[in-house]
Amino acid sequence: MGEKLLMKGNEALAEGAVRAGCRFFAGYPITPQNEVPEYMSWRLSEAGGTFIQAESEVAAINMLYGAAATGTRTMTSSSSPGISLKQEGVSYCAGADLPIFFANVVRGGPGLGNISGSQGDYFQSTRGGGHGDYRVFVMAPNSVEEMGNFPLKCYETAEKYRVPAMILADGILGQMMEPIEFKFEAIDPKQLKAPDWALGVNEGRPKRIVRSYDLREGALEHLTLSRAKRYKEIEDKEALCEEKMTEDADLILVAYGTASRVCQAALKMARESGLKVGLARPITLWPFPKKKLSELSARAKSLLVVEMSLGQMIEDVKLAVECRLSVHLHARCSGAVLTGEEVFQAVQGLLKKSKKGEALCSR
Amino acid sequence: MHQGVRISGFGGQGIISSGILLAYSGMLDGKHVSFFPSYGAEMRGGTANCSVVISSEDVTSPIVSEPDTVIVMNEPSLAKFEPLLKPGGLLIINSSLVNTKPKRTDIRTVCVPCNKIAEELGSAKIANMAALGAFAAQTQALSIEAIAKALPKVFKRAKPEILELNVKALKRGAEIN
Repeated sequence: MGEKLLMKGNEALAEGAVRAGCRFFAGYPITPQNEVPEYMSWRLSEAGGTFIQAESEVAAINMLYGAAATGTRTMTSSSSPGISLKQEGVSYCAGADLPIFFANVVRGGPGLGNISGSQGDYFQSTRGGGHGDYRVFVMAPNSVEEMGNFPLKCYETAEKYRVPAMILADGILGQMMEPIEFKFEAIDPKQLKAPDWALGVNEGRPKRIVRSYDLREGALEHLTLSRAKRYKEIEDKEALCEEKMTEDADLILVAYGTASRVCQAALKMARESGLKVGLARPITLWPFPKKKLSELSARAKSLLVVEMSLGQMIEDVKLAVECRLSVHLHARCSGAVLTGEEVFQAVQGLLKKSKKGEALCSR
Repeated sequence: MHQGVRISGFGGQGIISSGILLAYSGMLDGKHVSFFPSYGAEMRGGTANCSVVISSEDVTSPIVSEPDTVIVMNEPSLAKFEPLLKPGGLLIINSSLVNTKPKRTDIRTVCVPCNKIAEELGSAKIANMAALGAFAAQTQALSIEAIAKALPKVFKRAKPEILELNVKALKRGAEIN
């Protein structure tokens, strides 16, 4: 704690997970997240943990299932196509109430795509990704500092509600270097209370079962509904959103992750030219900060959603504001570089239209 | 103070390490910094470039799309990055390897014979330091001392005499007008 380090996002993510008590990592290489397993390969053995380069993504996620069943803090990471391969395992972990932690350092898609930063996996992350009725707690850092400090929040939330948790980053966040300060004391997992569902030595206690199925009549619905209560609680309590200059804003930009950094540049240009623009940044993508967005929609005249994807988060924004105001989109996709200048131009274009009375505001 | 910098050259010219060094120096100097490398499917001898931001305020986008300063270490980099420069921006050219003259008249150009300086000091590897020295002196964004302080932090395994050679190259670069 305290010391400022210059770290790569991927390395900060790995170091943050180890400091948060991760002692098991299994993964398979893919750009632009390779620094995560590379870092874990030496760092975990130093910390007394286990690193496995698995034979495939599918193997890696299923190794997590096993390790997490013992109550160990686990991690895997990959990039878009690799995360797709892991979705079956994530669904199994969700079905078995296992609090695994994983990170997606997103690249351009679909398909094999390219290795540039992108946000095309928003739907996959927030809508389930794998099969079945389940949710994953999703955090979206926008700096190296958050890449390093969010894993702890992910473990704590995952364990509290017994759900998988993930960090949705992108190639830019993974590859960039920035100063970072870890804001928590490193955790020794041996000091953590063993969960009352974890497998292990069962001498003197009733047996425990970790599984993602129940074939008895009506039993699975009962199980899923009890899990849904926890989802509701997460939605009520765990949504996070950052605001910048929204108090007097006519137009509010809505963006997460790298796109929110770019929007800060546009915000600065807009304010310098006297335009009343603000920024809302969802920090958790599921739960989506609906309440906050709804509040903001009562104040602003319009919203501009800025994404490095073809309009995915905008659906959640629209649901949150329930058509109370017009919601616009500025999108780049498949690894294209979004710039502050282009977002500023989009802002100018919208505000000009609204001046001419071209019904920006549909209230 | 705000400097968005793009550094570009061949793989092996120390482009990426120059960027990390600049960011590290800025951090030690109490500034807000970021570094972002090109990480395409590249190889030794291919092209490399990176973005560095050094600022007295929070860094917004880490990808510098309109740089205040461009450092070009080889010929192909000039054509690629000269057009991106902000009007009034600074172009630092490694005149040992770049023969073409810049086209723009709304920018300031400083020519540094980086490879010549490096060879005179006895190591071809330190050409990038001459360019960084010129950057520090021309922009005043960082002091030579700050970069010298960051050197052993970034090049952890370098011998003291090598680090000293790097500092000499920084100073030679800083003397160029």
